[in-house]
Amino acid sequence: MTVDFHQPSTWDDALAVKAAHPDAVPVAGGTDVMVELNFDRRRPPALLDLGRVTELAQWGQDGAHLRLGAGVSYRRIIDELGSRLPGLALAARTVGSAQIRNRGTVGGNLGSASPAGDAHPPLLAGDALVELASVRGTRRVPVREFFTGPKRSVLAPDELIAAVLVEPAAGAQQFAKVGTRTAMVIAVCSFALALDPVRRKVGTGIGSAAPTPVRATAAAALAGAELPWDSGAALPAGLAQRFGELVAGAAAPIDDVRGTAAYRRQALAVLARRTLTWAWEEYTRCG
Amino acid sequence: MRVSCVVNGKQCEADDVWPGESLLYLLRERLGLPGTKNACEQGECGSCSVYLDGTLVCACLVPAGQAQGAAVATVEGLPWGPVQQAFLETGAVQCGFCTPGLVVAVHELLAREPDPSEPDIREALAGNLCRCTGYEAILDAVRLAAARTRDAAPIRDAAP
Repeated sequence: MTVDFHQPSTWDDALAVKAAHPDAVPVAGGTDVMVELNFDRRRPPALLDLGRVTELAQWGQDGAHLRLGAGVSYRRIIDELGSRLPGLALAARTVGSAQIRNRGTVGGNLGSASPAGDAHPPLLAGDALVELASVRGTRRVPVREFFTGPKRSVLAPDELIAAVLVEPAAGAQQFAKVGTRTAMVIAVCSFALALDPVRRKVGTGIGSAAPTPVRATAAAALAGAELPWDSGAALPAGLAQRFGELVAGAAAPIDDVRGTAAYRRQALAVLARRTLTWAWEEYTRCG
Repeated sequence: MRVSCVVNGKQCEADDVWPGESLLYLLRERLGLPGTKNACEQGECGSCSVYLDGTLVCACLVPAGQAQGAAVATVEGLPWGPVQQAFLETGAVQCGFCTPGLVVAVHELLAREPDPSEPDIREALAGNLCRCTGYEAILDAVRLAAARTRDAAPIRDAAP
């Protein structure tokens, strides 16, 4: 069976190809798409190679946001954005291996829309926007509204993911992930946390413990209200514990090959308690 | 489709390439370079590690069409040097199947970081599996190659 291979070199051409061939599968780093092709799980009529679209591999300031082109690799996020987006960089560091991080992209992670995608929790915690584009125009969707189910999103058949927009970290950020190794693992569950001392808000993101990546809004509200932002005092007794319980309660996990629902809830409570403790220690130390 | 790329410094062409096939298939089955090994085909094992335009990648996850116009360096193209010599001397080769991928990955590590710490080494090689579990000897090989690289012969970038 033949497969058309489209290789546009500009973003406009890429959008035109996607409009003309909505069933073309976009491929950037190939780290998800090629697994499906290698194992004959998918035989798309066309591939749309985004590797030559140079705009996609750029990042820069966009108003109050940092705008990361969908083709920026995890490796570059670690090397170039560690101080501005520490939560996303921590998550990027846990993706696959060096070989995978050299190629894999946040745009691809969003395109696959796996509930276990490592970039998703920090993007949720940072209130990121996903920029989607087609020949019809461009729209920016809050990442919390982007996912609609396991491996499903609001992306229309003629749309491509252009970028993610996220504000530079206003305070301490953390990410933690449970797996059977410290490398090369798909998350059993994961949790991201972002402190915003200016707005006195706490951002959260849960991975691999619900049909989509989700936030823990009740936990975030509790911590936002009860953290002693002004005094910078130690965590109030029991706050991290209650925060963890609310995070576990926000998840809707299932039993699967990587872990049981009960284990995921238990582990999430631990990850939430730890990340809040680490982030608060950083806040009280550095402001 | 026809794919043209530079492999180990030599201009290569392959015809009738199925665009969804991998760079690994292109190298092994169309260009006759079997040093790059085919094992998991899902980026888990690192046996197919090669340089693509100077970047360490799993060849099994690169669509062949993306190699059009690129420069690829495989284990066959690396000049004999401290990495290969260290694998030999420390007995870091058992069945040998993971060795080509590890040699390329260690080459890339030492080109980038001539004095890697233990965590650097483990992080860099986390994506290369040895089914014989001969990791201790492999780590010895990396330390030996690093020591010799520091002392004498810096590893040059393999990108042709």
